[in-house]
Amino acid sequence: MEYRKEYFSDARPEGLTEVGVTRQRSDALGHVTGKTQYYADRHFAGLLHLKMVRSPHHHARIVSIDTAKALKVPGVVRILTAQDVPQNIYTILCLIQVEPNDEPVLAFDKVRYKGEQIVAILAESDAAARDAAARVKITYDVLPAVFDVEEALKPEAPLVNEYHGRNYFTYEGHHCRRVRYGDVESAFGAADFVVEEMYQSSPIEHAPTETTGCIVVPDQNDRYTCYSNTQALYFTLDNTALILKSPFHKLRLVGGTVGGGFGGKVDVITEPVAFLAAMLTRRPVKYEFSRAEEMQVSSPRAAERIYIKDGLMKDGRIIARKVTLYVDAGAYSRHSPYGTTKAAAHMPGPYTIPNVWIDCHCVYTNRTPSSAMRGFGVTIGDFALEVQMDKLARRIGMDPMAFRILNAYRDGDMKAHRKEVEGAALVECIQAAADLAGWPLDDHYKAMSSMKREA
Amino acid sequence: MSVTLTAARQARLVPALQAKGGRIVAGGTLAIADLNQGPTSGSALITLDRLGFDQVTAKGGKVTLGAMVTMAKIARDRRLKFLHPVANSIGGPAVRAMATVGGNLFAPAPYGDMAAALLALDAEVTLHDGKTTRKLVIEAFLRQRHKLNKTCIVSVSFASPPAGAFRYFKAVRRKPVSASVVTIAALLPRKAGKIKGARIALGAMAENAVRARKAEAALEGAALDHEAIAAAANLITTETSPADDAYASAWYRREIAPVYFFRLLTA
Amino acid sequence: MTKVAVEFTLNAREQNEFVESGSTLLAMLRDRLDLYATKAGCHQGTCGACTVIIDGEPHLSCLTLAERCEGREITTLEGLSLDGALHPLQQAFMDGFAAQCGFCTPGMILAAKCLLDRNPEPTRAEIADAISGNICRCTGYEPIIAAILSVAERMRDPVGKRA
Repeated sequence: MEYRKEYFSDARPEGLTEVGVTRQRSDALGHVTGKTQYYADRHFAGLLHLKMVRSPHHHARIVSIDTAKALKVPGVVRILTAQDVPQNIYTILCLIQVEPNDEPVLAFDKVRYKGEQIVAILAESDAAARDAAARVKITYDVLPAVFDVEEALKPEAPLVNEYHGRNYFTYEGHHCRRVRYGDVESAFGAADFVVEEMYQSSPIEHAPTETTGCIVVPDQNDRYTCYSNTQALYFTLDNTALILKSPFHKLRLVGGTVGGGFGGKVDVITEPVAFLAAMLTRRPVKYEFSRAEEMQVSSPRAAERIYIKDGLMKDGRIIARKVTLYVDAGAYSRHSPYGTTKAAAHMPGPYTIPNVWIDCHCVYTNRTPSSAMRGFGVTIGDFALEVQMDKLARRIGMDPMAFRILNAYRDGDMKAHRKEVEGAALVECIQAAADLAGWPLDDHYKAMSSMKREA
Repeated sequence: MSVTLTAARQARLVPALQAKGGRIVAGGTLAIADLNQGPTSGSALITLDRLGFDQVTAKGGKVTLGAMVTMAKIARDRRLKFLHPVANSIGGPAVRAMATVGGNLFAPAPYGDMAAALLALDAEVTLHDGKTTRKLVIEAFLRQRHKLNKTCIVSVSFASPPAGAFRYFKAVRRKPVSASVVTIAALLPRKAGKIKGARIALGAMAENAVRARKAEAALEGAALDHEAIAAAANLITTETSPADDAYASAWYRREIAPVYFFRLLTA
Repeated sequence: MTKVAVEFTLNAREQNEFVESGSTLLAMLRDRLDLYATKAGCHQGTCGACTVIIDGEPHLSCLTLAERCEGREITTLEGLSLDGALHPLQQAFMDGFAAQCGFCTPGMILAAKCLLDRNPEPTRAEIADAISGNICRCTGYEPIIAAILSVAERMRDPVGKRA
């Protein structure tokens, strides 16, 4: 493989030698000998096992919780409910001013998705905790549930999350994250073709081989250490301190090796409850998702539905793009308001289009809260955009590579977000890819460059 | 956890313990997986390790597999070549080293591929209920298996199929192995070029392995030609009630079963 | 709680334990013996992270009752480099980038060892089958299969064989 160092050579320091060289992973020896230490590879005397009692319903009012029989199971040490949590309502991204707090650590008045955590059992063994969990009696008043983003936005839809008051996240007073540039409606009128398509995806579970979990251990001097496989150590520390109303310096997090994450371990779910349990019992506590819990309640990649309407000219120029995008956040915000903003920032794709109209909705439904996963907010959008690009190229009988080169960003172009393009390289990337794939690219397009837009 | 494990030294111990709420552990791939999740209180486990149920015999055209014979053991037995594809389609090598013939007869859909094969082979199940040993044809056994919790399986027996008469295919989501999308086992003996005594069994198409009697009837007396196979394929799902699960939807199973059946028989 | 005595060979050493009835080999290895190379991924026999070798065959330690290990010979990943030298499979997994997060690696290496011990000249398809019960979510199976193939090739070629 030839590395095209000539591009942007002026922007790169000399003497870079690492790209293209194979290096042994620094953790390889630990991995192949089994000595790499994951969070659970530790022994603590007196360890308590935490098992969660979860909602069997998608949407229900909690009428009563009876833990009396569970407390009598041999080996059960303590049972936690919402009343034990100092600041029960939180949202992970309150740390970057995403508001309001909208999610309980332990549900108390109602449950908003199937598998939501309600009661935490602490027992001497995992089996005893499971036996006790089966003996907690919770009575529910089942409510109608909504599972579809567009259904959820209808006025008659059941209200999922009262902290928002509506089934969508509000962005600076707006019902969705918006981009407005030029005048799409006039451009559609002037276009040779108008192409409108719908794309959608389902939630995707990361399914890491190591399930989400942590162990919290009381240290000396009223401090607590948490061994966690979180991918977001400081988010976890800060959120936990807020939830527990604890001085930050009392909490210590030890992370590092994660047995597969892919974004599925950035939410703050197991640690606050485990910290609380360790504080209240003064014993080490392990809270580990079972495989079934990992599949059912760990946040997946959000399902999305995307409508793209394009105004296309016979010569290959896209003159207008209107995108209406719905992100299924599930019952709570987690990282989805941020993911939806990323989706809006990612549209209309790496193409210079003079008229752009984007609405990205972050919608609440009674599904498992969605959150981060490898390129969340943009991956499904890219799938939709690039399938759309192929459809547009086919409509006018143009080579799809050439079609993309023609519309690609050039340095100096104005993006729909009103930021001037700099350091673009898409044209060169497509040229190199066509070359490697033996794709017959016309000389006219081979001569194009990201550095300037041809006349 | 209050679990007691008893290694049954005599088969008659087993039903006595089961009467007190015990559960038989053969290879452990079903029973221990259950024990590892959900409530465990009062679980009594009974192993069959020391009863000599792990023998394979094949003589006079009759094969007998002990209840504790593992998939790995079947896959290594040269006398059971026709069953190698079945045994090797069940789990990875570690599951095959543990999973047993007896346990597979209790495996719920989308598991239980060996049971489907044994159904096509018209196997007979030998059961022990504490006092007496009795035999049940596998079809009756599979229908009643939920009620047979006070007996233990001793062995299964069947006539060795004529060369080339037994065919097997399992559609999976992840190659080379996963739980079943649909499993097809077919016994197609021929007399003077015509099919006589066809038995077709489907796995993952109902709660347990089921026969496709209408498809069998369509093949009976016919040559194994495209026309007869197509006619049977059209009827293959008529007696099924597949479920939606993580591996496939019921709709997909119904759509794909005739396709794989056609391919298996025309191969 | 019933306790049961069990005697077995673990990584070439005699071992006597007094285990809780109904507990698994996985729990005994990790919680009693502090042998953490064997990983817990699902407790359902579906991920293969807890694979160990019992009497030469791969077994899922999460589904194996500890007391049924009486008289048996068990090898965990810790038992592969007892003399300090890496097993050729361990070296090949390092060299070939066959371990990313590392969580499936112990089970993968032991599943591969069972194959090579039984069949020193496996085909690619036989290797794929040997690790078919071991789920990898990040490395991808290609580098793992390539690493196992390279060991098989080296074992066939005595010149390339490690001391």
